[in-house]
Amino acid sequence: MKKIEAVIKPFKLDEVKDALSEAGIEGMTVLEVKGFGRQKGHTEIYRGSEYTVDFLPKVKIEVVLPDDMVDKATTAIIKAAKTGKVGDGKIFVSTIDHAIRIRTEEEGDKAI
Amino acid sequence: MKKSILFLLAILALAPLALRAQTASTNAPGTNAPAMAAATNAPPADTSGPTPDPGGTLTGLSVDAQSPNGTFIVTAPADLSADDKKDPAKVKKFADDTKAFADYTAQSKLEPLAVKLSDSVGHNRVAINFMWTLITGFLVMFMQAGFALVETGLCRAKNAGHTMSMNFMIYPMGMLGFYVCGFAFMFGGMADPMSPNNGGIATMGGYAGLNHEFGFHIGDKFIGLLGGKGFMLQGAGYDTAAFALFLFQMVFMDTTATIPTGAAAERWRFSAFMIYGCCIGTFMYPVFGNWVWGNGWLSNLGSNFGLGHGHVDFAGSSVVHMQGGVIALIFAWLIGPRHGKYDKNGKIVHPIIPHSIPMVMLGTFILAFGWFGFNPGSSLAGTDLRIAVVAVNTMLASATGALGATLWMWWVRTKKPDPSMMCNGMLAGLVAITCPCAFVSAGGASLLGLIAGVLVVESVFFFDKLGIDDSVGAISVHGVNGAWGCLSLGLFADGTYGDGWNAVPGKVTGLFYGGGMSQFWAELIGVTVCFVTLSVLSLIVYYIAEMLVGNRVSLDVEIEGLDVPEMGVTGYGGMVMDKQSETPTLKA
Repeated sequence: MKKIEAVIKPFKLDEVKDALSEAGIEGMTVLEVKGFGRQKGHTEIYRGSEYTVDFLPKVKIEVVLPDDMVDKATTAIIKAAKTGKVGDGKIFVSTIDHAIRIRTEEEGDKAI
Repeated sequence: MKKSILFLLAILALAPLALRAQTASTNAPGTNAPAMAAATNAPPADTSGPTPDPGGTLTGLSVDAQSPNGTFIVTAPADLSADDKKDPAKVKKFADDTKAFADYTAQSKLEPLAVKLSDSVGHNRVAINFMWTLITGFLVMFMQAGFALVETGLCRAKNAGHTMSMNFMIYPMGMLGFYVCGFAFMFGGMADPMSPNNGGIATMGGYAGLNHEFGFHIGDKFIGLLGGKGFMLQGAGYDTAAFALFLFQMVFMDTTATIPTGAAAERWRFSAFMIYGCCIGTFMYPVFGNWVWGNGWLSNLGSNFGLGHGHVDFAGSSVVHMQGGVIALIFAWLIGPRHGKYDKNGKIVHPIIPHSIPMVMLGTFILAFGWFGFNPGSSLAGTDLRIAVVAVNTMLASATGALGATLWMWWVRTKKPDPSMMCNGMLAGLVAITCPCAFVSAGGASLLGLIAGVLVVESVFFFDKLGIDDSVGAISVHGVNGAWGCLSLGLFADGTYGDGWNAVPGKVTGLFYGGGMSQFWAELIGVTVCFVTLSVLSLIVYYIAEMLVGNRVSLDVEIEGLDVPEMGVTGYGGMVMDKQSETPTLKA
């Protein structure tokens, strides 16, 4: 089992969700986060004083899926989330030790 | 435990006084003849002076049917004293007046219907003014909501519950202080004949029972300092006109009271704020208020010392707004800036941005709406048609204030139109027009509002440079522009209104309309006295609170947000806080 964490621009959420559905991914968790990579923040002014807004709003999608679906999922995410401009985001893939469905107590691949 | 016992003792001490007020009997409805009413009225505790009218049936009689300059109703002339009889002009006038009264008495016997109608007209005239005063007073009460929204919107979300609570509690606290003694201090001497500007509540039946002013003489000139009748609205205070006046003046006092809560927001301990709340309505506000509006010495600078019409302030640029602004200045200065905003050298390194601009703007509109009660209502008369001019001047100044501040920020200062300054600009225009609103033309109103808009921006930058952290711009909006409003009257008053103001004949005229400098000097003196007096009173109250409970919350509480530690509940339960709402940490 693998976990995909994709940090994307917030307005791309619907597109990515639809793309993942078409690829056969049936569930996900979405978080509202803040962050920056090489796309730095910008300077604003309030009542004559400058301040930097370092963190930009992003959305993070977490999907846990069987190993053989990872490539399909990442391809779908990249296609849907890419704009070509700085700040498109990143995808991280990690290994999951165990998964359990709470309602039925199914374990392993049957749980995801 | 000690605090609850003290609180209970205070309630028990006040209870007998409250009960005493209820035992005064009310008039039988429909009676209008003074003789009958005197028989059914319980005599007031203090019998010196005119009879108060708690039932309202003795107020608004035939004599009120006449216009200010009319001679519709004729009254019997007062007897001449021995000195007066030596003056042939006075003797002749007495004879003429006596004949006129005799003619009138004979004529009324021939036209009883006219006499009855004049009673009704007089009553209706006074009733219009009662209604006007009360309804505009209700509008001003709604400004409490406006202030609450503006201040809370300009501060951080984690302090919303605390900031709102201060603005909420100041309403009853200030009101009760004013009820217990503030109103008596401020207006208890308005009809005291010792002071030149004395008069009853002229637009609402002329009740002249608030007639004791404490003061002293300089030669033959009386310097009025504080009123002494109408405590807890009893005795001479239990009169319908006095009640209407109380309500109207009380909401003005509450406007002053709520101003400092903005400047000291986000770090003011709630118990210290409550101590201030006890002081503002009882004595901080009424002292200067008596001097300008209560027949005190500042209103008599004209009749006593020849300075224009004395310190003139139609609706309270100095009495209400500048008083609040000076208290705000002292408190914000003494309590210190919010953590993290300034660096060691006093430069702003992390501005603390508003958590809700919509809240700020909604609050500003509510204030602008309430100001239609604030300024036109200060005529205390729906029958004074100048209220149309007052209302329009108020509106125009609010518009040019907003525009002036916006353009000044946009084109000159920061190259962006700043929403918070748009609001501060509108409010600055409103504060500035509050004093001269009845005495200037539309052009004058617009111009002084525009100047106010620019002034408030520069003032905000100025106080930030001094390292005085005013969370909402209260010092600049209310203090600085309150002063400007009064000074602008000395410049822009155009001589079309105000004949006899503060017992000085002639209409109120400023420098630019041929009135010379004397009105300006009177305004300048009033503004200076306001600054000095309120600075002293604020220092005293701040240090009382400092000794009793300490004014500033601890750094931990300030970082966490005051809502839960001070108030016990978060203002926005169930909402996720933004990182921007956190206290900025100082870099080493």
